[in-house]
Amino acid sequence: MIQRTGAQTIVELLERQGVTIVPGIPGGANLPLYDALSRSKRIRHVLARHEQGAGFMAQGMARATGETSVCFATSGPGATNLITAIADAKLDSIPIVAITGQVPGSLIGSDAFQEVDTYGMSIPVTKHNFLVRSARELLRVIPDAFRIAASGRPGPVLIDVPKDVQTEVIEFESWPEPGRADPSPAVDALDVARAADMINESQRPVLYIGGGAVCSGAGEAIRRLAEKACIPTTMTLMGLGAIPVDHPLSLRMLGMHAARYTNMALEDCDLLIAAGVRFDDRATGKVAEFCPTAKVIHVDIDPSELDKIKSAHLGIEGDAREAVEALLPQVHKSGRTKWMDHVGRLKAAYPLVAAASGGPLSPHRLVRTISELLKRDACVATDVGQHQMWVAQVYPFNRPRQLLTSGGLGTMGFGLPAAIGAALAHPGDPVVCFTGDGSLLMNIQELATAAEEASNVKVVLMNNNSLGLVHQQQNLFYGNRIFGSDYVCHVDFLKVAEGFGVPAFDMGQPDSQHSALEQALSLDGPCLIHAPIDVGTQVLPMVPPGAANRDMIGGENGHTHHSVPQHAATVPA
Amino acid sequence: MNAIQKNRCQCATLELTVHNHPGVMSHVCGMFSRRAFNVEGILCMPANGGDRSSIWLKVRANGRLEQMIKQLTKLEDVVEVCRHDADHEVFLRLEDFFRV
Ligand SMILES: Cc1ncc(C[n+]2csc(CCOP(=O)(O)OP(=O)(O)O)c2C)c(N)n1
Repeated sequence: MIQRTGAQTIVELLERQGVTIVPGIPGGANLPLYDALSRSKRIRHVLARHEQGAGFMAQGMARATGETSVCFATSGPGATNLITAIADAKLDSIPIVAITGQVPGSLIGSDAFQEVDTYGMSIPVTKHNFLVRSARELLRVIPDAFRIAASGRPGPVLIDVPKDVQTEVIEFESWPEPGRADPSPAVDALDVARAADMINESQRPVLYIGGGAVCSGAGEAIRRLAEKACIPTTMTLMGLGAIPVDHPLSLRMLGMHAARYTNMALEDCDLLIAAGVRFDDRATGKVAEFCPTAKVIHVDIDPSELDKIKSAHLGIEGDAREAVEALLPQVHKSGRTKWMDHVGRLKAAYPLVAAASGGPLSPHRLVRTISELLKRDACVATDVGQHQMWVAQVYPFNRPRQLLTSGGLGTMGFGLPAAIGAALAHPGDPVVCFTGDGSLLMNIQELATAAEEASNVKVVLMNNNSLGLVHQQQNLFYGNRIFGSDYVCHVDFLKVAEGFGVPAFDMGQPDSQHSALEQALSLDGPCLIHAPIDVGTQVLPMVPPGAANRDMIGGENGHTHHSVPQHAATVPA
Repeated sequence: MNAIQKNRCQCATLELTVHNHPGVMSHVCGMFSRRAFNVEGILCMPANGGDRSSIWLKVRANGRLEQMIKQLTKLEDVVEVCRHDADHEVFLRLEDFFRV
């Protein structure tokens, strides 16, 4: 007979799942769990400074490796602090298992100290959740949580464990098998044959690739399909790196901040082959006018994505990698010279134009320079805002899982803890985190975690003393009425970093910029690179929210002026 | 006026078999409110000796019905979703209890 407390059972089940790192924060309702964890020889605890940080560290590990990752929080405020990171994981389909402490079962419903309805609160932001009612249930619930998080379309699972369940002693015969992803449903052979026919008949096909393709490991197969049949390939923010973005057939990112040629090529295509995408509005613009003349093939592991936003002429339920691999032998080799020439002309005539900069540093050039100083495959995390879009526009992503970014929820504060998570998962390799001053301030406390863990995280702070992307939208769509988006108090981030024990480098001095960068990137452990950015520098081109992707503002070839003409005083519907 | 005339809405009746535990109704109802689906009627009783429940839903049979069924099927605690016509007797018989 095996005899364990609930808390010991959880820790051993996690060990058996192969978990080696758990970020979290302790509190009254999860202390039995922490006591059990303190005796684990296989799991290392990483003490976050805010539960949201712990959640994003788990996400960083999961995004960088594809493996389900775990985080801990206590009841009440611990659980509420986790919610944003869980919601973020839900929208980007990231497998994490969050384990929260809860007040003892006898007190549930009594408004006890630090009691919130974590179960009820997390329903809409999890793939699934559990409130454990007895220690014995843990033997089923923990493996189940890992199976659910990783199966089909991955996602976050929350397990709420009352304190008395953690201390309850149980006896059992044997350990359950670790939870693993269910096999994906077989792709229908007839669907594949129809898709191959549609591709073979198409004159102007485009591949539209998203996070689902990255998640399924379809990148290599997609590149081979694109090369065999000469299919230009565009990627969503979540799909960047599925094929190298510098590949000759790559159209880079589509949508709101795409290069002009990308959206124009999509406008002209006659067949859209969508894999692991969900036709998000940032990618499609006004959906009714997205790829107006194209037939649509849509491959997704989640059947509810098919026909959700745009009806497909052919919907294929299944794993993107399996589907594309099945397609490969049936698709004819083709040169598609006319279409290639057309796309080539678009690329030449409507390229991405470097962001015009009135300040000491051009954001695009900064991003490119950093990419050149790093290994081709280095992991890149971003926060949310202009800096995120500049990175998405020009960083030469070379492999899937290279870019960690909050796509669906767009959560400021994601970058630093996610980068720490990636560094925990791949110790040694530097992880660069591009951030803005607004975003960094949302989880800056995790600099302490980075210092404590000696995480090899290079924080590149593109500081415009502003909520830059908001500033830009107010400039473009609200008659330049800048309100609530400029910071009056300018934080001295160099001093702040040093206060956390993190070395800081200033790129504000034009003559020593390059050497400061080289020095910072060659250092072991965390550092902050402070890069002042002019607040007037905008992310262009831009499709106004709600407009069709053909209606792009700015970023035209030859257009190098610093300020952008006023477009409209109101937001288009 | 008979019941069918009174319910001239384009409706469908869905029969869900779900795991019977305290959170199931929250999952099902939460999904409806979150995705802005309309539910006209809802009935829930334990079945199968108590380890399963049946949930009967009367819903609008508009263009979003297919999406609604897919989203319901995706819920971990939903074992099966079965679609019936609007005039399924489970709701017709209840009309008597809902007169004001
Ligand atoms: C948590 C959160 N609050 C608000 C927003 C809305 N928002 C989007 S971008 C942005 C500005 C980001 O500023 P900063 O991090 O400094 O980056 P920049 O745009 O200046 O590069 C804001 C406030 C958000 N995405 N996330």
